[in-house]
Amino acid sequence: MSDTTLERAGAAPMRRGFPLSAYLICAGGIVWREALRFIHQRERFVSALVRPLLWLFIFAAGFRQVLGVSIIAPYQTYILYEVYIAPGLVGMILLFNGMQSSLSMVYDRETGTMKTLLVSPLPRWFLLVSKLFAGVAVGVVQVYVFFVIAWFWEVQPDWLGYLTALPAILLAGLMLGALGMLLSSLVQQLENFAGVMNFVIFPMYFASSALYPLWRIQESSPLLYTICQFNPFTHAVELIRFALYQRFNGDAFVIVLGCTVLFLAGAIIAYDPARGLISRKRQQ
Amino acid sequence: MQDGTLNHPEASRTPALSVERVSHSYGQRKALDEVSFTVPQGSFTALLGPNGAGKSTLFSLITRLFNVRHGAIQILGFDLNDEPGEALRRLGVVFQARTLDLDLSISQNLIYHAALHGLPASAAKKRIGEILATSELHSRLKEKARNLSGGQLRSIEIVRAFMHRPRLILLDEPTVGLDVRSRAAILTEVRRLVRDEGVSVLWATHLIDEIDQDDRVVVLHQGAVRAEGLVQQIVEAERAKSIGDAFTRLTGISTGGLEEVRA
Repeated sequence: MSDTTLERAGAAPMRRGFPLSAYLICAGGIVWREALRFIHQRERFVSALVRPLLWLFIFAAGFRQVLGVSIIAPYQTYILYEVYIAPGLVGMILLFNGMQSSLSMVYDRETGTMKTLLVSPLPRWFLLVSKLFAGVAVGVVQVYVFFVIAWFWEVQPDWLGYLTALPAILLAGLMLGALGMLLSSLVQQLENFAGVMNFVIFPMYFASSALYPLWRIQESSPLLYTICQFNPFTHAVELIRFALYQRFNGDAFVIVLGCTVLFLAGAIIAYDPARGLISRKRQQ
Repeated sequence: MQDGTLNHPEASRTPALSVERVSHSYGQRKALDEVSFTVPQGSFTALLGPNGAGKSTLFSLITRLFNVRHGAIQILGFDLNDEPGEALRRLGVVFQARTLDLDLSISQNLIYHAALHGLPASAAKKRIGEILATSELHSRLKEKARNLSGGQLRSIEIVRAFMHRPRLILLDEPTVGLDVRSRAAILTEVRRLVRDEGVSVLWATHLIDEIDQDDRVVVLHQGAVRAEGLVQQIVEAERAKSIGDAFTRLTGISTGGLEEVRA
């Protein structure tokens, strides 16, 4: 084919590098696709809401009389058990959402749609971070719909609390999403994902301060108390709990931020073709 | 030429694709052994080999799904390991397995792909109009991908590969699983796009009848390149009657055997 043909077809040499707008468009496209998938999977939205609402309506009602919650920070008075577990249920939504995103990545890898993402010319770390933000954006929508319903169930923090909780919810969502992403690189097949439920989600949720205050756990089992303290989910829940009442929990913030960086770095390394676990597993 | 395009490899007659002494192993099994060949700019090159020859492994390396550990791959002069972004932005790919999101519409799939290459939705829609102007699929853009037939899905994947105006297109056995009519339509469409868009193509296949007399051919067998050149050159070098005959002489596999593989 002649050079003339190439010129006619608009095949002029490309400039090197990508402008900032290309990054923004790419990230926007990834978020948009995640939102479309979420809208198309209405049952996912419903189940994401039904799960915490069942805990709020049934579990909390049953345990209200059994579990007394004394005055602990950030609360300044006695509170209902429903009020206590609300931040934990927000954490539950984010935890399941993170794992759902991870499951979706394993599914995309099996069906081949992941290849479309990975052959993008933009840096792979950027693609993964965009994917992570897309998943968290979907999770945040679920959390605020939950807040609206919970408000009618006497979970009524100050209006400003809903605003101050947002950064905490985002950071907790990023940490749990990054963990899910890291797990997706370790899980080879979709069938193996049931193990993630048993060995990650349930232990993380139950061995935390989501359902019971840590001082209560310490009274009954010092070992479980220590495990809860090492569980990053505990700190994610506490970060949200404090933020919802316009308080800042510095320890929880540092731990959640550190875990986010750690999990995300692990996921980026795992998905890097030069160093990653995924290519190595396939190449073995 | 100015600033960003200064000393650009594309300005010269640099090959669209250069594969130099690439080897790749799965554990102890060697899938590719010192593979070297080039795809000149503006050419239609067929990568001909039976199943298991190493074609898909090679594609995984060229698309950077696998890391190139031994040897080097350059796309329009950009080394895949050193400048992956520059190399990949010039590349369009049609994978052997379907990679469209079946829950999204055709249009949404194409716009998503464009976004991954930094193209805004408005530019993507304009581009879709350009490529599909004469296609019946243009009226079905809002339909979900799962409503399309296998051949139509493949056509959309080919359109998708052209969306960001790449300079090199890789197609990994794009006609596998399609009926004869769809196969012919896909091949004609790709040749038309190659002509109109002025891109280079590497078309992996195990089907002799997909090769034209004017094509370049790279014969890959058991992870090694057995021959490279224009059809006529390979036929003459092997003193064969046809490219099918030359293929048999090079690999020991009859073209009838290839048809059996396809069946």
